[in-house]
Amino acid sequence: MPKSLFQKVWDAHTVRQLANGQTQLLIGTHLIHEVTSPQAFGMLRDLGLPVAFPHRTFATVDHIVPTDQLVEPYTDPLAQAMMDELRKNCAQFGITFFDRASGKQGIVHIVGPEQGITQPGTTIACGDSHTSTHGAFGAIAFGIGTSQVRDVLATQTMALSALKVRRIEVNGKLRAGVYAKDVILHIIRTLGVNGGTGYAYEYAGSTFDGFSMEERMTVCNMSIEGGARAGYVNPDETTFAYLKGRPYSPQGAAWDAAVATWKSFASDPGATYDDVVKIDAATIAPTVTWGINPGQGIAINENIPSVETATSDDDRAGIIEALAYMKLPPGAPIKGTAIHVAFLGSCTNGRLSDFQEVAKYLKGRKVAPGIKAIAVPGSQIVALQCEKLGLDKIIAEAGFEWRAAGCSMCLAMNPDKLIGDQLCASSSNRNFKGRQGSTTGRTILMSPVMVAAAAVTGRIADAREVFAVSNN
Amino acid sequence: MALAKITSFTGRAVAVPGNDIDTDRIIPARFMKCVTFDGLGEFLFNDVRKQLDGTLKPHPLNEPRFKGATILLSGANFGCGSSREHAPQAIQKYGFRAVIAEGYAEIFFGNSITLGIPCVTATREDIAKIAAAVEADPTLEVTIDVTKQEVRFGGQTVKGAIRESARDALVNGRWDAIGELIDGLPAAKTTAAKLPYLAA
Repeated sequence: MPKSLFQKVWDAHTVRQLANGQTQLLIGTHLIHEVTSPQAFGMLRDLGLPVAFPHRTFATVDHIVPTDQLVEPYTDPLAQAMMDELRKNCAQFGITFFDRASGKQGIVHIVGPEQGITQPGTTIACGDSHTSTHGAFGAIAFGIGTSQVRDVLATQTMALSALKVRRIEVNGKLRAGVYAKDVILHIIRTLGVNGGTGYAYEYAGSTFDGFSMEERMTVCNMSIEGGARAGYVNPDETTFAYLKGRPYSPQGAAWDAAVATWKSFASDPGATYDDVVKIDAATIAPTVTWGINPGQGIAINENIPSVETATSDDDRAGIIEALAYMKLPPGAPIKGTAIHVAFLGSCTNGRLSDFQEVAKYLKGRKVAPGIKAIAVPGSQIVALQCEKLGLDKIIAEAGFEWRAAGCSMCLAMNPDKLIGDQLCASSSNRNFKGRQGSTTGRTILMSPVMVAAAAVTGRIADAREVFAVSNN
Repeated sequence: MALAKITSFTGRAVAVPGNDIDTDRIIPARFMKCVTFDGLGEFLFNDVRKQLDGTLKPHPLNEPRFKGATILLSGANFGCGSSREHAPQAIQKYGFRAVIAEGYAEIFFGNSITLGIPCVTATREDIAKIAAAVEADPTLEVTIDVTKQEVRFGGQTVKGAIRESARDALVNGRWDAIGELIDGLPAAKTTAAKLPYLAA
């Protein structure tokens, strides 16, 4: 019987059935960071347990690292304590740690792929909801809580119930100025923030076939914002080309064997799905959020919703709450909304291609007066790649501060925060209340090029107009 | 380790209404700068409960009449967003022992069950009935019967569903799977040996 990639990976990693009917699933690759792992190591110590497969856990530090201070001790003693704790735990349990001194540190979801640790047909877990990113390689990747981090450290397994699979096919060519970020914002807007509950999303169709690995990662990254715990793209030649020659990729004869195995995990033609959704790429516009969850999105040329446009009582309540928080005028165009901060970065859009695309348009332009603009590469390697190409200079000359790698203002656990009710044009993944570090701060999510357009005009803008992008 | 069999729970309830209440709202990120979960209860729903200077905002959890409530009522997609276990930890450390909502985000649900927090699902109408009864009498006792998947309050009974794997785990005292997972470690090693990428 034809199977989906999800079923094949699930079957290959099933250890046994547990008493409550859940599956004990082998987790091939475990990624950890400083925020959700210290308590797990504490639990291990309390239970007197070792790490079962120390060579299958990889650590880095991303959430709390300052992006403008490289020398320790950090100004924030709590951040330093978390750094020290991770260092101690990795040393004690023999875990590879991509520390800042390694030159390989960065956001955990950027480090895994760039090291070649993220591979097709594998299971991956990390105490971070954006672990879905790794699905871009045809891995089944789960965000988990700290008790499960403990479970994976102690046993390299966890208890899970199988997910249903929804195939989301996007076919056709995206219009100029429309990016992978717009695709996922459009999908979440269409299916809702909890539309994916209980599902893994299989992204497919000619649009995905044509996407680079970085574009696929941007989409898979935000699966969780649509409620789907995992999202993936079937592995293909693009996947293999990306992985070839990376530090943890198989080498020599093992490479050919690995590629053959990886191919075998791809969904079979005729596999059955619990649901199928089809989207025409040409219908997707540059998309921005207007509210307080990632499903509250509109095309750049649409108007901000009002209670009159509500489609249900829930929608109406959501609009009232969101507009009160966002302080946006109902029914008005979103285009033209004044911004205070522009943020480029995050595990969604902090990769080389994001900065390449932005630099193309920022060259010779300036950030509008009074706008605070920061650009935060997702990893030290991304930073180095950008610096070799001179992208950092173009971006800095335009008026963005070029920072060191980390999660930064996506969740503002480090010093990069909004102040008061500042409004931020952000390439990150969440626009929840208070997400960017101020309890009244406001976030509008969009693609990096749209952030650049907002930065240079000081307003939410259509990048296609600002940068004269056309379809020819 | 022997875990408690959580077959039912009785306590007073408080409603924190709304859909899509995310884990950033349950526990804002700045309170995750810690290496233990101690003290998180104090910061539950911090930014919707308190002004920056610490003075209280209008919020159900700030109302003295709901003090001591151990059952939290909420809306759809409760606990969406970040996978932070800090969210159910904060809920538990604040004093809540169970949640009744229209639905839960997947990761939050799993994290909560692992901590032994029954998260049952009821319809919006039924939650409104419970909330109305509690509003009329905050001392009203609400019982969540995990075994029977029912919620009983003030002489009324409504459905309080919970998926079978979680129900089984709670009522049989195996909601924290670590013991069972360790028992399966030899089998896990056998499975791992079949997968080339797991070679040491």
